[in-house]
Amino acid sequence: MSELPGETRVGVDEWVAQHEERLEQRRGLAGLVERAFGYVPGSARLGAFALVAASLPFWMSRGDLFAYGIFTLLYILLGLGLNVVVGNAGLLDLGYVAFFGFGAYSYGLLSSAYYGNHWPAVATIPLIMVATAAVGLILGLSSRRLLGDYLAIVTLFFGQAFVVFVNAANPEVHGQGLTGGPNGIADIDPLGFFGYELTSRDQQFFFLLGVVVVVVAALHFLSESRTGRAWRALREDPLAAEAMSIPVNRLKLMAFAIGAAIAGLAGCIFASVLTAVTPGNFAVPILITIYAIVILGGIGSITGVVLGAIVINVSFQFLAPENPQSNARVLFLAVLLLLIVLAVRPWWLATAVVGAVVGLGLVAQAVVEAVAPTWTGGTVIEGGRLGGVIQDWVIIPSGHGDFGNFAYAALVVSVLVLTRLRSWARTVALVPTVYLAMIVWETSFVEQPAVARWILFGSLLVALMTVRPQGLLGTPRVEIV
Amino acid sequence: MPGKRPLFELKGLEKSFGGLQVVAGLDLHVDEGEIVSLIGPNGAGKTTVFNLVTGIYAPDAGEIVFEGRNIAGLAPHKITRLGIARTFQTLRLFLNMTVKENVMAAAYGHTRSTAIEAVLRLPRARREEREIARFAEEKLAFFGPRLVGYRLDQPAYSLSYANRRRLEIARAMGANPRLLLLDEPAAGMNPAETHELTELIGRLRTDGGYTVLVIEHDMHVVEGISDRVVALDHGVKIAEGSFEEVATNELVIEAYLGLRATA
Repeated sequence: MSELPGETRVGVDEWVAQHEERLEQRRGLAGLVERAFGYVPGSARLGAFALVAASLPFWMSRGDLFAYGIFTLLYILLGLGLNVVVGNAGLLDLGYVAFFGFGAYSYGLLSSAYYGNHWPAVATIPLIMVATAAVGLILGLSSRRLLGDYLAIVTLFFGQAFVVFVNAANPEVHGQGLTGGPNGIADIDPLGFFGYELTSRDQQFFFLLGVVVVVVAALHFLSESRTGRAWRALREDPLAAEAMSIPVNRLKLMAFAIGAAIAGLAGCIFASVLTAVTPGNFAVPILITIYAIVILGGIGSITGVVLGAIVINVSFQFLAPENPQSNARVLFLAVLLLLIVLAVRPWWLATAVVGAVVGLGLVAQAVVEAVAPTWTGGTVIEGGRLGGVIQDWVIIPSGHGDFGNFAYAALVVSVLVLTRLRSWARTVALVPTVYLAMIVWETSFVEQPAVARWILFGSLLVALMTVRPQGLLGTPRVEIV
Repeated sequence: MPGKRPLFELKGLEKSFGGLQVVAGLDLHVDEGEIVSLIGPNGAGKTTVFNLVTGIYAPDAGEIVFEGRNIAGLAPHKITRLGIARTFQTLRLFLNMTVKENVMAAAYGHTRSTAIEAVLRLPRARREEREIARFAEEKLAFFGPRLVGYRLDQPAYSLSYANRRRLEIARAMGANPRLLLLDEPAAGMNPAETHELTELIGRLRTDGGYTVLVIEHDMHVVEGISDRVVALDHGVKIAEGSFEEVATNELVIEAYLGLRATA
């Protein structure tokens, strides 16, 4: 930057302006990774993602490809569409999942044995995307007058109304219920293009990967254009945006329509891959998952959506009921470790805490075993490779009934105590608390895998969002300064 | 100037909120290339006039004529496209966007490329992007070295108060208006900054070619910039003329200081 002589104030201003940035600049390895990531251009990131993803079919089982590959890509697509509405334009649309359902059901009606329509995907996908965009436009009309929470309520009801419609209303058309009620629509055709059908998981995966790459690139270009800029402006301040020649209402409708069209596209692919759709596929839990993806990744960031979808879907599938309980234990241990590393600084103190937890466990287990063997006589449930270690480390009593519940109550109390403590006392108290958490896990949660999974998933999200409120790749937003 | 039609004219403008008459039959005109100041005590209806002109409120009665066309009741973004841009007294920047983006966003009205062109990276979209990026830097360079260089890519919230006020003006310039409405541009500035701003408003006319209507409380600024001063009180024009004429007007002094005690 060229400076005029005597303009020293600019230098001072610069120093002051960058003060916050200097504070925020992360040191150490995490900071290095973060900065390096920032230098990689978007096209290279997208290329690397596509390359890694394209290798999946070559080493994954077909079942894993379905659960980890195809579902992650579907979630990415859904997250990208929601990100246009919520992230770019800042409109809280809680009816988003209805567009996904509308797309899926439309595809089911146009390409399945249900009504005997077998339209090829090359015709149905564009048609359904346009139709979904039109539905989005209609819902978007409510955003002309409603903002924030009010818009959220109206759109939430729209989403609920859709589920009720397909589930219960099910109007009779041509001798049978239009949406098949609770049973939904089955025997849906695979995607067909000019007589070529995508029947294998590999074909479906590669098609979906191509769609995701195209949508990511398109949305990136859109966000860098005058339209994307206008969306951000209206998110910041609709009145000022309107006064700066931006047609706010038209742009809101456009965001709704584009978001809905992407959800409709995801719906078509979803229906064809699953070959069946039921009302439950489009209920509130899916909506929450899509929101979690966008928020976790960092609202408004395309790379963030991709990362958020990967983190959430992979942990979802990793914890799926058909997977062994040891998966959940590994994740639980990882969360505990992550919490210690994030909560305790500097690194040597964190290491000391981890060491202390391990030491405490080994000593406590040995002492209890010597004094009262029945208190350590319990077996590790589905220990997996860690079974032996856990046996020697955690106190698992056998035949002491409610021990797990008491331990759980004690854990709650000690976590509460922990929040009241300060500085070194907190660090010291952290050690028994973490160990107690491990005992609770082994004596109580392992016996209730379904519950434990959700608690674990929830605490993972809470931990991540506490550490990075702006999401993994989001930029912290400033509301009022 | 007899025979010449003013660039901008208010005719019998009326606005009331409930039972409160905020603007009552206001007539006002601004000629091309003029700098006119609107003064008056707090609550006189000055900002309401701006809100009426920019379409944020619709007037109850009266005409707002710009370039010979009645713009009363048009949507704000359409009015801005026709060539009237404003700043906000309370500062309404796009805080989480960069300095340059703030100005580029205001260029929406005079760019044409559609979303589809942007997605496909068609030539017009790319050319317009380049053009408005350069355009924004030009407008920001108007303020000397304060808003350019490394500042271009900093978020607006990182700016100091005075620089935010300057960015408000730059953003309004980004909409490419003929008439600039500045709402208390010197509010909260220190004497040195105020002095600099006075000079800047003069340059807006000479270098920028803008016609300016400004609301200002700082009488040094008003004195330094105005071709003509219009004083409002309770939504009624109480005086109009040169700064000296208005500043010595009985009604204006009364509006600001209250009635002189009579024996």
